[in-house]
Amino acid sequence: MQAIVNISLKNGVLDPQGRAISHALGDLGFSEVTDVRVGKQIQLDIDETDPARLRQRVARMCETLLSNTVIEDYSIEIPDENK
Amino acid sequence: MTLSAMRVAIIVFPGSNCDRDMMVAIEQLTSRRPALVWHKETSLDPVDLVIIPGGFSFGDYLRCGALAGRSSVMHAVLDHAARGGAVMGICNGFQVLTETGMVPGVLIRNAGLKFACRNVNLAVCDTVASPFTSGLAAGQHLTIPIAHNEGNYFADADELRRIEDNGQVAFRYVAGAAFGPANPNGAANDIAGVLSPNGRVMGMMPHPERAMSPEQGGSDGALFMSKALEALVS
Repeated sequence: MQAIVNISLKNGVLDPQGRAISHALGDLGFSEVTDVRVGKQIQLDIDETDPARLRQRVARMCETLLSNTVIEDYSIEIPDENK
Repeated sequence: MTLSAMRVAIIVFPGSNCDRDMMVAIEQLTSRRPALVWHKETSLDPVDLVIIPGGFSFGDYLRCGALAGRSSVMHAVLDHAARGGAVMGICNGFQVLTETGMVPGVLIRNAGLKFACRNVNLAVCDTVASPFTSGLAAGQHLTIPIAHNEGNYFADADELRRIEDNGQVAFRYVAGAAFGPANPNGAANDIAGVLSPNGRVMGMMPHPERAMSPEQGGSDGALFMSKALEALVS
């Protein structure tokens, strides 16, 4: 099964990349953009069929490596969960 | 113990590139070549100081120092630190130390988005008892080069207060002789180096191994390192 982890910066953490992108969008005429924050998505192919167990294992992966919980939040999506 | 009897180990990850300069610096000060330890080792011979050098370990993949921090050899380094052993992390090494939790906080992207590569002025802070600062005077200035894209020290408000109150800030960026804005990267409270609560582990963004002689542009790195090594052997 596949798990998709979305990692985003916590509120309050400075995101200079997001700010630079926001300015660039403004320069391109997209003046309606008020803020941009950049995260990352990690796609995991995992040898597991039970969605609950998968979610638990992926959460452990996030806590121990994939996410730095000092500055990042993570969310886990399992596309095939309800199929 | 004399300096020449000191046992120093420098950890090397794929992508570390300041290990040799650090080895040369330590040999200059102690007349003894330190051991270079590959990250896949599962144990460390007893040492007086472990150094995690600068560079781009694992290509900075995922996060700077994230993969290095979880390398095999780091179990032995964590054990060494848990027993009160001394550890010094320089630049990428500082990033590795934060990723393992040996020192608090995290290093994020420079606020100005530019790789900062120049001398900075540092002030030594009034710290918890530590071999890394005991031989220096609080308020003493050092001029040492930096070279980094992710040196922006961050910790949440509570953690920052704790670090400050506990005397865990080792060095701060200050105005001085070196050219450019005092704070090169937006680091919270101008923090350039941080200690563990027991003062035995220190991470700093500047590279003392690049300020070892007039030929390199300055010897404040040699000053800092010799005082630290002397404190560690006494």
